[in-house]
Amino acid sequence: MSAEVGQFALILALLLALVQSVAPLWGAHRGDGVLMAVGRQAAILQAAFVTLAFGCLAYAFVTCDFSVALVAQHSNTAQPTPYRFAATWGNHEGSMLLWVLILALCGGVLAAFGGTLRETLQARVLGIQGLLAASFHGFLLFTSNPFLRLDPAPLEGRELNPLLQDPGLVLHPPILYAGYVGFSVAFCFAVAALIEGRVDAAWARWVRPWVLAAWIPLTLGITLGSAWAYYELGWGGWWFWDPVENASLMPWLLGTALLHSSLVLERRGALVSWTILLCILTFSLSLIGTFLVRSGILTSVHAFAVDPERGVYVLGIIALTTGISLCLYAWRAPAIRSGALFQPLSREGGITLNNLFLTALCATVFLGTFSPVFIEMVNNDKISVGPPYYAKTFVPLAIPLMVLVVLGPVLNWKRDDLRAMGKRLWVPAVLALVVLVLAVMFNGLKGVLTAAGLGLAAWLVAGSGLVLARRWWAGRAYLGRSVRTTPRAMYGLTLAHAGLGLLVLGITGVTAWDSDKVLSMRLGDTVAFAGRTLTLSAFETVKGPNYEARQARFEVRGQGKPYQLSSEKRFYASAQSQTTEAGIRVSPLGNLYVSVGEESPNGVIVRLWDHPLIIWIWIGGFTMALGGAVSLSDRRLRLGAAVRIAPAAIPTAAAE
Amino acid sequence: MRRLLFLAPVAVLVLVLVGFFFGLKRDPSLLPSMMIGKAVPAFSLPPVRPEDRGFATTDLGGEPMLINYYASWCAACRIEHPLLMQLREQGVMLHGIDWKDKPELGYKWISERGDPYVRVGSDESGRAGIDMGVSAVPETFVIDRQGRVRYRHVGAVTREVWETTLQPLMVKLRSES
Repeated sequence: MSAEVGQFALILALLLALVQSVAPLWGAHRGDGVLMAVGRQAAILQAAFVTLAFGCLAYAFVTCDFSVALVAQHSNTAQPTPYRFAATWGNHEGSMLLWVLILALCGGVLAAFGGTLRETLQARVLGIQGLLAASFHGFLLFTSNPFLRLDPAPLEGRELNPLLQDPGLVLHPPILYAGYVGFSVAFCFAVAALIEGRVDAAWARWVRPWVLAAWIPLTLGITLGSAWAYYELGWGGWWFWDPVENASLMPWLLGTALLHSSLVLERRGALVSWTILLCILTFSLSLIGTFLVRSGILTSVHAFAVDPERGVYVLGIIALTTGISLCLYAWRAPAIRSGALFQPLSREGGITLNNLFLTALCATVFLGTFSPVFIEMVNNDKISVGPPYYAKTFVPLAIPLMVLVVLGPVLNWKRDDLRAMGKRLWVPAVLALVVLVLAVMFNGLKGVLTAAGLGLAAWLVAGSGLVLARRWWAGRAYLGRSVRTTPRAMYGLTLAHAGLGLLVLGITGVTAWDSDKVLSMRLGDTVAFAGRTLTLSAFETVKGPNYEARQARFEVRGQGKPYQLSSEKRFYASAQSQTTEAGIRVSPLGNLYVSVGEESPNGVIVRLWDHPLIIWIWIGGFTMALGGAVSLSDRRLRLGAAVRIAPAAIPTAAAE
Repeated sequence: MRRLLFLAPVAVLVLVLVGFFFGLKRDPSLLPSMMIGKAVPAFSLPPVRPEDRGFATTDLGGEPMLINYYASWCAACRIEHPLLMQLREQGVMLHGIDWKDKPELGYKWISERGDPYVRVGSDESGRAGIDMGVSAVPETFVIDRQGRVRYRHVGAVTREVWETTLQPLMVKLRSES
């Protein structure tokens, strides 16, 4: 039953999306309030029906309804219930449904709470949103229908890829998708602004919280994904420049640029057409991120099943959305009034430079990810682009950007003075220099890059703290009051930029000092590694809920108390595949990472890694996301654009 | 002039889309190997089954076949074993090489679990495997009618690998002269 209900709900949602796109666009064109209201209702109803469809699919998964083909292929009664629920989006069709669900919810929220917007702008935003939703409903229904039945129904289903049976998977895709889809709102606003031909402060104040609301989960999702790859894939790496990872990094880089440029637009009315272009491109890259990896153009460990027919459809959607919006941009953007002027040395100038660097970084990742496709097209060579490419292009561009991060917030809007700026920055500059000199002294000149990394981390953390310190210092006479009145956005800024510093610290530590060892061990063997000794104390077969595992346990002695660490190789019988569960000892100074490999007559192959400071990479990522969340909770953003002023209470009877 | 600047994003998009469109035709699952297209290096292996004649390069050719490297100590071989048994039932020409393993143990392994192989040889020193570029077991090679290596699969053969990659290739090779 649930499959049929879901199917009909999805078809209704498609029809409603069509209504949502036609009615308000026409209504806004004609100035017809009724049609615009129809659009709002359609958006809310569409959200309700997609939620129903998603609920039906989740129900089929949780109750193991194997008469639904998708459930039979991707679930299994041996799976624990939370994973059965997560299996709803652990496959191509289900994850697409989740994608549309988030899109429809965004539309519903816009329709329900967008009342403070100018009515025609809201109608146009909803119309564009409806067009997007309709094309993805079409994609779902015509190429990847999740509700197809299977007759006769099998007694037992196949299983989710065991690599994906992990708490990380339960959270990771929904969070990442919330980020990707969130940028669609900024996209709709950009296209609507191009149609209207006007961009004002109210527009910017509406777009900024949406960009922030998309940026936070994307940051969180990338950080989680990196942590998941670290502990689950058993390779001991935290970032692989894999196409899927790059696909999430590209919208993040442009989204970060957009976050800053929309700030300039909101406060100063400058960078208008650039911000609109960023809105369009960020969402296009989100689309590329979600879909191209599953079209067969690129391959990676994360990829879902490859189907060229779907690839063509998706390419069509990308071509239409991006193509039409960019053509509209080329036609209308030159006519939009350009904003206020500013001196090169000013906060606007700093943010423009930040945008240039972020865009350039995004371009290097784009080239690295897609150049194999283009090179093969030109001369049929298969090449692969690996970390050496990114070390040569990405890193040299990222370092000046990190230096800039501290400068921006201490600059004044409009114009500033170089010497005054220098005076403001002496504390973090001296601190960074001290760290740099110390690191060079301990490491020698050979480690000059490492020293630079550490100095940069100190510069970032101290420089972000400076923003708060300067404000409190200025109001030190009334410290309590000035702390209380500090806007949350300022705490957010400090946290996000300091998080970047922690990230740099982690990357520097693990790149400079990590070490590894591969050896074959028998029971009772002892090995010395990175200041510790490890003894293989047990090696046996253990049973899990739907797998069997070969588990190795190690006694580790080093500084501090001895402890046990275990790593196992799991075999999932019904999916006929295996995964490695690494044993990881986490500490702020560095992780010890152990993973067992194949067994041979000479014992079991054991891989050992020492990862100094690596944990700070994820702490940094989470701190950045937290900074975004604190900033989003700022009163100024929560209130949105045009707050309707409550009609002043008119004293009817003077009670004097 | 300024208008042209605003057209630049459209131009870039067109280029990228053309690239993606042709990119759709790529086959991403190819794992390159030094041996692809070359004849299998000569070997003549002693038997694993007692009173058997072992497995040699002279057994290759004639029709497309699979060579599967396994070992009694190999855990992932347990995973692919049920599927190999099914392939044998379907009449797929499947040969086995017991790699870096004592032939007694290799024999015990196939006699306990079922023997999916037509010919099976013991490669106790691992020499024949090294010549083929085997780095770990299980690995499976597709051999064509002329006795040349056409495909290398690393890791367990799952149903998906068989249905999407190996089986179509075998069908194609069968139609080659």
